[in-house]
Amino acid sequence: MGSKRQFRIWRGDEDGGDLQDYMVEVNEGEVVLDVIHRLQATDAPDLACRWNCKAGKCGSCSMEINGKPRLACMTRMSTFEPDETVSVTPLRTFPVIRDLVTDVSFNYEKARETPAFAPPADVPPGDYRMQQVDVERSQEFRKCIECFLCQNVCHVIRDHEENKPAFSGPRFFIRAAELDMHPLDTRTDRKEYAQAEMGLGYCNITKCCTEVCPEHIKITDNGIIPMKERAVDRRYDPLVWLGSKIFRRGETPQTSVTSARAAGPATPSTTRGGVHSHAGGSHDPQAEAQAQSGVNWHREVPHPTAPAVDERGKLPLTELTFDRAAAPSPFGDDVTFPLPPEHLNFAHPEQDKH
Amino acid sequence: MTTTTRIERHHYDVVVIGAGGAGLRAAIEARLAGKKTAIISKSLFGKAHTVMAEGGAAAAMGNVNPRDNWQVHFRDTMRGGKFLNNFRMAELHAKESPQRIWELETYGALFDRTKTGKISQRNFGGHEYPRLAHVGDRTGLELIRTLQQKIVSLQQEDKREFGSYDARIRVFAETTVTELLLDGDRVAGAFGYYRESGEFVLFEAPAVVLATGGVGRSYKVTSNSWEYTGDGHALALRAGANLINMEFLQFHPTGMVWPPSVKGILVTESVRGDGGVLRNSEGKRFMFDYVPDVFRKQYAETEEEADRWYTDPDNNRRPPELLPRDEVARAINSEVKAGRGTPAGGVFLDIASRKSADEIRRRLPSMYHQFKELADVDITKEPMEVGPTCHYVMGGVEVEPDSGAAVGHVRGLFAAGEVSGGMHGSNRLGGNSLSDLLVFGKRAGGHAASYADSLPERPKVAVQAVEAAVETALAPLQRDTGESPYTLQQDLQAVMGDLVGIIRREGELADALVRLAELRERVAKVSAAGGRRYNPGWHLALDLRNMLVVSECTAKAALERRESRGGHTREDHPAMDPRWRQVNLVCSLEGDAVQLARKPLPKMRPELIALFDRAELAKYLTDEELAEFDALAEEAGN
Repeated sequence: MGSKRQFRIWRGDEDGGDLQDYMVEVNEGEVVLDVIHRLQATDAPDLACRWNCKAGKCGSCSMEINGKPRLACMTRMSTFEPDETVSVTPLRTFPVIRDLVTDVSFNYEKARETPAFAPPADVPPGDYRMQQVDVERSQEFRKCIECFLCQNVCHVIRDHEENKPAFSGPRFFIRAAELDMHPLDTRTDRKEYAQAEMGLGYCNITKCCTEVCPEHIKITDNGIIPMKERAVDRRYDPLVWLGSKIFRRGETPQTSVTSARAAGPATPSTTRGGVHSHAGGSHDPQAEAQAQSGVNWHREVPHPTAPAVDERGKLPLTELTFDRAAAPSPFGDDVTFPLPPEHLNFAHPEQDKH
Repeated sequence: MTTTTRIERHHYDVVVIGAGGAGLRAAIEARLAGKKTAIISKSLFGKAHTVMAEGGAAAAMGNVNPRDNWQVHFRDTMRGGKFLNNFRMAELHAKESPQRIWELETYGALFDRTKTGKISQRNFGGHEYPRLAHVGDRTGLELIRTLQQKIVSLQQEDKREFGSYDARIRVFAETTVTELLLDGDRVAGAFGYYRESGEFVLFEAPAVVLATGGVGRSYKVTSNSWEYTGDGHALALRAGANLINMEFLQFHPTGMVWPPSVKGILVTESVRGDGGVLRNSEGKRFMFDYVPDVFRKQYAETEEEADRWYTDPDNNRRPPELLPRDEVARAINSEVKAGRGTPAGGVFLDIASRKSADEIRRRLPSMYHQFKELADVDITKEPMEVGPTCHYVMGGVEVEPDSGAAVGHVRGLFAAGEVSGGMHGSNRLGGNSLSDLLVFGKRAGGHAASYADSLPERPKVAVQAVEAAVETALAPLQRDTGESPYTLQQDLQAVMGDLVGIIRREGELADALVRLAELRERVAKVSAAGGRRYNPGWHLALDLRNMLVVSECTAKAALERRESRGGHTREDHPAMDPRWRQVNLVCSLEGDAVQLARKPLPKMRPELIALFDRAELAKYLTDEELAEFDALAEEAGN
């Protein structure tokens, strides 16, 4: 039943490498990871590749298969044409260690920086009471298997090493969302923290993370957008703004987060994160400049960029596989314009200063 | 020597080898006791095999059925293990698992809830009442993530206090320990390598907790990941500790057998708990033919009664699909051998015709997605093809029940979780392993910490031992004449799968020992191509000797135990023998050779044995033991 199939696998390390061709036997019902294991047992015993459960539960075998971030254990060979060459490359957003193995320590560092669950002090173990409907929202995010495909595909850090220090990425936005929605978590500043310290504002909601999530977590719709919305509600509520204009007081509630990075002369008002102005759909250059000057990123603010193209001048596959021409709306497809003001998901950081 | 001086060295109070549930729980406990703790993880942090556990964690909280309590849980555990369990471990486990589960909630875990907002509990094979705390069918993931996040929160505390996340608890990801180092009979440290760089690393520590999981990679069809090469078992043996019950391996009855992309992957027991039934190729629901006498009273005799149980468990007996795992595995094996199996050598597990598609998707979301995506099988539309797959090893390091300290010629060595033996006897109930990890992980971590405190001075690592460890580790890379580690692993898997598998015979076991001896020669000469950086061939070559010595223990013990019990089935000795119940088979290492000895089982305390009916005990105990029980009962009556 087996047939010989053409594989191109990236071999190398941080000093460089290239795609190597292999002809390898493929049997009915196999997945890409089966084929990689066969290669290890035959032609390439030292081919480096992470895997554990081979069942889509541990998130170890993340790689890019024909350019698309996938779990190798969940990519069936039957999804390719019989004569199609399958190319396998390491995750691009993280430094290569060897072959298909990358250094994903970025994610563990971000995990360590995300404030942990804050249990209620007065509820003893065994007395926690929560309703199913209330835990389900957080449970969706706790399905995360930490494959880091969402991190890998995120435009903010893919090919933008310089954004990594200030940006935690979708995996940790849903961690923040999960804690924010946890019925018994006692911290009340999860959203503000995400905005101020995790770089939530960088996200321009292209939903690529949601698209690659093997657990089908609605990262953007259920995690990031609700986190952005309330952060914006608090910061930019027109009535509060008007009140502060009239009575010359009442800063909108500010984040009480203390930042390791913002230590020093930076004032709280400058650490409050902004949003890419283009994420809100604004094309007013003045507003853009204003938004950027109001935010202290401790580095040059990246300018809006067109989607990256590969060496053939084509868009990356996430866009290619989309069901229409051009990039998807950053607002999501279910949104019509003009937006009602209360749904605008961008902030004018300068607004409440006036 | 230059090689040893360049080795990275770390000093810790407690080194935990293994970053699954037991390891993380042990590390948390050691750190809470104020010890400087290292966690050594063979994979990335959070990828441990614990994530595979689906059903839940058994704990007699009584949230769903208030009649549940630790005594009932204890009884179920002993029954499941066919009374070969270390009773004290089963007792501690039943008593402490509710607290361990509740504790997880304070770490942030979100279990599924009952209507009153408590932790929901589900039915599972072998448990009298609904007892398994669960999160859909990804309970293991919840557990590992919760513990992982608790460790992060402790690191955040340390960062605030000492300025460094790693001040008191550090995770060494993708690091494999190849040797334990001793000072006389005391543990002095652990030696290993970083997978990423291939560089060696030495941990000097007076206390080591083994939490390395199981041995399943020695089998052809297994649900276990590449990590499960019996490292902890082998390290313990080489350090002078004993292994017990190594003949008992659990073959999960329902692993996928087709298509190959999912071969070995488990179909959780909850599929059967939620109404799934087993049918042979003739469409017959065959489990009714396989109810053993000891279980006859608890299990339904007709399909009608079995089907009523799902909605009215108090007035009906359980469906035979929910018999303990070994019974189900044996039944499937018999059906297949009788020619009533599927083409791929399994039977059908059908839930599609019994529940609505919506309900299946809601109750078994991961199952549904897993098979849809991995194999393009829609479990709401078609039955699954399942058969026995190597899943869990009951045997492991012989430990003191209360402390988890290894028994044998070594001090400072502790074990918890799958790598330890005794708790589950001859067979583990589903759901008991997640609670086992928590209960004994905490105990081992705590006792390792107090052991480290009790030492007047630190044991010293001998330079020669480190040099020898370096040499052993580099040997496969320096040879180019030997065989490929992959070939050797396949050959080992063939020997174990074919000759020491689910149904065993004397001749085959003897044959297996001969072949294992041959393999030992070949493994000693294995060579790995390539360099030291992230070289899976080299890693496998180093794991092979662990797999081999553990396989020898299993084969030897399986040959010796001339009865069938739990996870050990002898075709030539098909019955359970009460005299064998009094015996543990203990493996130890003398030089390179595996030694086997018989050791009497500890005797259950009177108040514990009094929890059982005489009629039930009669199935397991010898006449003398029963006479003793009667005397006790009489005394109590007076």
